[in-house]
Amino acid sequence: MTTVAPAPSPTARPAPRAAGAGLTGTLSLLRLAARRDRVLVPVSAFGLAAFAALSAQATFALFPDLRSAQESMAPTLANPALVAMYGPISSLGIDSIATFKSVLLGGVFLALLAYVVVRRHTRTEEEAGRLELLGAGVVGRRATLAAAVLLGTAAVLLTVVLTVGWSIGVGLDPAGSVALGVCWLVIGLSWVGVTAVAAQLTSSTRGTAGWSLGALAVAFLVRAVGDTAAADSPARFLSWLSPLGWGVKVSAFGENRYWVAALGIALYAVLVAVAFSLLERRDLGAGVLPSRAGHDRSRIGTAGALTRRLARGTFVGWLVAYVVLGVVLGSIAGSVETFIDSPEVADMLRALGGEAGSVTDLYFSTELHFAAIGASALSIALVTRMYTEETTTRAEAVLATPVRRVAWALGHVAVAVVASALVLLVSATVAGLVHGADAGDVGGTVTRLAGAALSTLPAVWVALAVALLLYGALPRFTGLAWAALIVFLLLGEFGDLLDLPGWLVDLSPFTHLPALPGGTLTWMPLVALTAFAVAVGAAGLAALRRRDFG
Amino acid sequence: MTSAIQVQGLHKSFGRTVALDGLDLEVTTGEIHGFLGPNGAGKSTTLRILLGLLRSDGGDATLLGGDPWREVEALHRRLAYVPGDVALWPNLTGGEAIDVLARLRGGVDEKRRASMIERFDLDPTKKGRSYSKGNRQKVALVAALSSDVELLLLDEPTSGLDPLMEAVFREVVHEFREAGGTVLLSSHILSEVEQVCDRVSIIREGRNVESGTLTQLRRLSRTTVRATLAHPVGAAQVESLPGVADVTVSGDHVACTVGSDYLGRLLELLGAHGITALTSAPPTLEELFMEQYRRASAVAP
Repeated sequence: MTTVAPAPSPTARPAPRAAGAGLTGTLSLLRLAARRDRVLVPVSAFGLAAFAALSAQATFALFPDLRSAQESMAPTLANPALVAMYGPISSLGIDSIATFKSVLLGGVFLALLAYVVVRRHTRTEEEAGRLELLGAGVVGRRATLAAAVLLGTAAVLLTVVLTVGWSIGVGLDPAGSVALGVCWLVIGLSWVGVTAVAAQLTSSTRGTAGWSLGALAVAFLVRAVGDTAAADSPARFLSWLSPLGWGVKVSAFGENRYWVAALGIALYAVLVAVAFSLLERRDLGAGVLPSRAGHDRSRIGTAGALTRRLARGTFVGWLVAYVVLGVVLGSIAGSVETFIDSPEVADMLRALGGEAGSVTDLYFSTELHFAAIGASALSIALVTRMYTEETTTRAEAVLATPVRRVAWALGHVAVAVVASALVLLVSATVAGLVHGADAGDVGGTVTRLAGAALSTLPAVWVALAVALLLYGALPRFTGLAWAALIVFLLLGEFGDLLDLPGWLVDLSPFTHLPALPGGTLTWMPLVALTAFAVAVGAAGLAALRRRDFG
Repeated sequence: MTSAIQVQGLHKSFGRTVALDGLDLEVTTGEIHGFLGPNGAGKSTTLRILLGLLRSDGGDATLLGGDPWREVEALHRRLAYVPGDVALWPNLTGGEAIDVLARLRGGVDEKRRASMIERFDLDPTKKGRSYSKGNRQKVALVAALSSDVELLLLDEPTSGLDPLMEAVFREVVHEFREAGGTVLLSSHILSEVEQVCDRVSIIREGRNVESGTLTQLRRLSRTTVRATLAHPVGAAQVESLPGVADVTVSGDHVACTVGSDYLGRLLELLGAHGITALTSAPPTLEELFMEQYRRASAVAP
């Protein structure tokens, strides 16, 4: 920047700060941050816009007329599991059908982008000590946070503008396209604010992730309960308590409520203001919540025990989230039957769900497959910690002791396998308890749901094994494990909609899972998935054993 | 005498970058061996090969009589390693990290642990993320010294320590050697190496430039001599002596450098002119080091 204030003479007293002070250098930092994110932000924005526009275009191509689209979508619209995932459909028009799956899901992805950008340039920088390097230069106290918030906001705006333009381009209703933009704007801006606050609260990147992503999960669940509640239930109001619910309430291609933007912008303004006032109250490197002193002794005596100890926080967080998920799934299940008002739809659902499938079974099976994708994310997060441990050189300290590399890696795999199985099992059990109490058969429901949850594990293991192979063979591309999981998710969710060839859809391990509860349990795919996971995982370990470490 | 570490013709490349280009290194059991070289000379790469973290592309490395790549388990029971930039687990305390690392190595020597924590003045109840660089370094040092090992591999272990703690470090390393231990101390802090090490190896661009005791290395180098004389001497006369260079004469002052083997001849000449004051400074390690580097770069293309 060229407009730097003249340096004060050594004897000059510090001038009283104006309210906007402390922002010197914001523009330089913003440029630096934008440069570092010059791939991440445009590619994500472009990808999200393409996601909305192209899936809509594919739907148009797939259905020659509105009636065939409505017929094909009817079971989806009536399945509360999908309403819980995607929000209620805004209307029965073709535009609503074409964007049903992308509106909320895209909003969540945009929230993740906002979170990544803001966290990267605040807490991550501070933890790495780079902020200190910058803070020593001519940079105001508030400049880094300001730059991160501005870049996050710019990323959201860029995505929204691209999406609106592209949507109109593929023939979606212009007014509705703008409403879609409003929906994403509300969600994206909210998470710029949420992450800005979260970065001030804790003193670690992981803590920031916990608060910001935890808030996203809570917001999602709150609106899921609200959106699936019976029409006359007071629980419907819950959707208005969640920024993700606001996004749904915009009702793009339906009622197009532009004014909801005001809610999102207000929340954004409040959260950013809170973040700046928290920033004033803390020191560089610290959080508002204090870092407590701990024990001076430890009983950990094996590498496996160390891995378990390090994974504890993440596991407990996921466990709590999955207990809540179980409660939510179990309580929604009670209203599944009443949710479907037309008997024709109920018949169609039964036909879809297989010979013995009831509507409730179909609902649970759909939700458990989503939960399994979530559990895969947990297992990937836990197993790719090896990469973090390696790049931070913490693993080096462990491997300089008599611990063997493969044993160390197997410890991580074991933690990931057990943790992902436990969260799924606990969630299914809780859902079974809640729904079983409603339905009057606690034991039976719990057994059926727990069994169904276990049947999803082989697919989780495949995702885990892919991550292990990447880490072992191509450590620098460990992050691609996440891309693989997202591809699995999209293949499963959009395979039919985009009319993708069967072999492509079959690439996702989740495609091969039996539809339990209710469907038939076929062992063959489960055995094949497990064998595949073991082979891929073993290849990963063999590569790890041979390569240079660190 | 046996060798704790024996490295011959070690090669290691990362892609196109050659990190080690035929390195030789020998560390005798029971000595403190200084491993000197500027940043990027290949010190850390050598240590990481010795730890079995990296696999060498060629050459031999023997550590405590074993193969560092194959016999990880057996060898690591007998050594401890301190890196130059210690990373700790953010949510474990320093005390917990010390226990974990020492236990993984085979057990905590309680008395040593307590005394090291006290001597290094370390607060073991703080979380890893709240330690300063120097304190993280102390945690790794205490962890290494709290278990019963025969070899210490130290990679610039004092970076970030204050002078007081550097002194404690030197004491502790000496005691470790007195008790029969062997130390390989990689460093670029020459004064530290000078005060602590028995023998030194200097490396440059992945190759060994010079090895020996400090006395041996000094013999290879030049001593600076300054004298005040009763009867002035001609500059040309001093320069004509073998092994003498950098001569300056002003009035009754003369200064020059001389190779260790020619010191006697120089003093004879100066003595004949009546020495009234004389200082003779053996080369510091720094001068040695710089000279090795000058020489090596003159040879290198």
